[in-house]
Amino acid sequence: MELDPLVLSRLQFAFVVSFHAIFPVFTIGLASYIALLHGLFFKTKNPAWDRLSLFWTKVFAVVFGMGVVSGIVMSFQFGTNWSNFSQASSNFLGPMLSYEVVTAFFLEAAFLGVLLFGRGKVPQGVHLFAAIMVAVGTFISSFWILSANSWLHTPAGVELVDFRFHVTSWSEAIFNPSFPYRFMHMAVASFLTGGFVVAGVSAWFLLRDRDPEANRRALSMCLWLLLFLAPTQAVIGDFHGINTLEHQPTKVAAMEGHWETSGNVPLLLFAIPDQEAQTNHFELGIPNLASIILTHSIDGEVPGVSEAAPEEQPPVLIVFWGFRVMVGIGLLMIAVALTGLVLRRKGRIYDKRLFLKGLTAMIPMPFIAVLAGWIVTESGRSPWLVYGMMTHAEGLTPSLTGPMALFTLIGYVLVYGVVFYAGIYYLTRVVRNGMLPEEERDTTDENFKRPMRPMSAAHTPFDDDVDPVRS
Amino acid sequence: MEMFDLTLVWAFIIGFGIMMYVLMDGFDLGLGILYPFAPDEDARDVMMNSVAPIWDGNETWLVLGGAGLLGAFPLVYSVFLPALYIGVFLMLAGLIFRGVAFEFRFKSRRNRRWWNRAFCWGSAVAAFAQGAVVGAYIQGFPVEDFAYVGGAFDWLTPFSVLTGLGLMSGYALLGATWLILKSEGHVQDWAYKITPLLLALVLFVFAVISLWTPFVNPLVWERWFGNIQLIWVFPFAALACAFVVFRSVQKRREGVPFLATIGIYVFTYLGLIVSKWPVIVPPDYTLWDAASSPESQLFLLVGMVFVIPIILTYTAWTYWVFRGKVRVGEGYH
Repeated sequence: MELDPLVLSRLQFAFVVSFHAIFPVFTIGLASYIALLHGLFFKTKNPAWDRLSLFWTKVFAVVFGMGVVSGIVMSFQFGTNWSNFSQASSNFLGPMLSYEVVTAFFLEAAFLGVLLFGRGKVPQGVHLFAAIMVAVGTFISSFWILSANSWLHTPAGVELVDFRFHVTSWSEAIFNPSFPYRFMHMAVASFLTGGFVVAGVSAWFLLRDRDPEANRRALSMCLWLLLFLAPTQAVIGDFHGINTLEHQPTKVAAMEGHWETSGNVPLLLFAIPDQEAQTNHFELGIPNLASIILTHSIDGEVPGVSEAAPEEQPPVLIVFWGFRVMVGIGLLMIAVALTGLVLRRKGRIYDKRLFLKGLTAMIPMPFIAVLAGWIVTESGRSPWLVYGMMTHAEGLTPSLTGPMALFTLIGYVLVYGVVFYAGIYYLTRVVRNGMLPEEERDTTDENFKRPMRPMSAAHTPFDDDVDPVRS
Repeated sequence: MEMFDLTLVWAFIIGFGIMMYVLMDGFDLGLGILYPFAPDEDARDVMMNSVAPIWDGNETWLVLGGAGLLGAFPLVYSVFLPALYIGVFLMLAGLIFRGVAFEFRFKSRRNRRWWNRAFCWGSAVAAFAQGAVVGAYIQGFPVEDFAYVGGAFDWLTPFSVLTGLGLMSGYALLGATWLILKSEGHVQDWAYKITPLLLALVLFVFAVISLWTPFVNPLVWERWFGNIQLIWVFPFAALACAFVVFRSVQKRREGVPFLATIGIYVFTYLGLIVSKWPVIVPPDYTLWDAASSPESQLFLLVGMVFVIPIILTYTAWTYWVFRGKVRVGEGYH
């Protein structure tokens, strides 16, 4: 089999960026939550808020650390595998990515240390301020990244001369047409992710009757948040979809599994798209619903995938099913939030064990939804790297061969596999050890004196085989 | 806009960033390279503790350099990275492994042996790959139409292997002299003992590379044996620093060996820059060929002017907070 450096590079980029994305999507939401907890403690002086913020700051430290480690690779990938693209788009993307890095460092340099290690050492107001600044910083960071990404989907403010983009308007390029929708969609996704993880972990603690006072507060607060955010996300998603229909109609057609341009388009619940035959098998749908959703009229015309030549079509099967996974989980989230409301009215959200177990099981769901959503939007752009202007093949590193790309793909899978295993294993220990009274905590860190880096804020040992000589 | 040349400003910023990275990550990578040779586990604790609070700050310069190159000198970014494809992967994998080892070694007991290995191998591979980059830079790259056209292993030549080993020994020297500064007792004795050996190794490699380089690249030959004699001050200054390292170790001074080793680096680095100036993607492209558009350089400069002083202040503050000796059985766990 011929090894195609293009396919392998795309796989590698998808793998690395997906792996990386799960950390920031969680930390962005969690940073705001921690800032909120700090604010509540500052205002009410109720120690329950303080216990919660102490625990979640530990989790934040580990996840943030893993995000940084996995992110190092990102800033080099553009050059190693997509050098033509880097060279062509550097005038715009260079400053965008640099600003992202600079924001992240500024944040880490100035405020993260205070947030992680300042408890009891700096005045409470300063600590609160640091928490707020970290939360704000995570948003500024994602602002740059999402602006750069949106520009790939809806390039604006540039002209392409001799295979090189020149910026004609920074404001048009940065605030390109799809950016506001993507940014809102991701911001709410981050809050939903943070919300479901906190709700799930709080439910897990409540099932074990661990610090019920604090965890009840956390759970109640999260469920109110989710009740508001889960439906809001559906509305934002709808706006985002309509924006995509305007700028990238083929992507929307692929999401709907809609091949030929027509009106009265059904919303397909199930289908197996067949790219070769340019049709679907085993279709099952609700008549006219896609027309209503996309055009807000009952018989609205929706352009089909076949408007694009076969070699300019995205892989419909992936986009179609990715979209269904994302939306399906979105609907599940709304259902869970509504169940919470019903149980709350009966006064049973804290002791209905099935519900608490369900919440715990929901923890991975927002991550899957976010990855599925990114697969939809990124695969849906293909074969374009910069939509309508540069294809993936044109952006690829010319000197890259299949075996080289395969070597690094396998390499990154192995490296990240080890890192991820160690990280998740450790994170699980932090949670299992969390919210316990002092005397029950499994900790061997009485003599730590020099905490500085993110993960050292989490004091849980990595394994429990304590060496009698050394401890 | 026309008042000053932004490309020169950026050349200074990136050059400064690389220097900061090499010096600062240099000594903590060096400690990783020396790890297997440490006399005992206590010494390893001290070595890791002496850099634990600062290593990730050191690595920020690398990421900043990577992103800054894309913004200011995209040609460097889009030629070096494809040309060094495998080397870049090895370096990143090495840095990730040692980063994780830093986090988990102290939290781990049963698995500590494995984290020790990850720390050592990660550091060694990363250092070698960085040294090979220097060698590849001196050799130059086949570039056509602003894209690298060579093979996957063109960078891996006897010359770049030598520069790779050279940087490994140089980092080890930085690590050893850093350890002299930060340790005491039997750990410091060990550091004193190995420093002259490492210095001899560095000088040997330094001499071979210096003799070899003019033959690898005609431009370099021209530069050194042409009519600009002033540049000979750099190698002689580097040698003088090496002598200071040697003498100060004999006198068991604590701070001077490290500072003098930094001197060796700075002067060697300046010597390398004058060998190549203003060519940045050898053999053909100068800084100005490699630059992004002036608007982009300016747009990014605004942020850098604001952030670099903050990062420097923060760095200085961190070093100040964690000044002093690291003792056995103490420190961050």
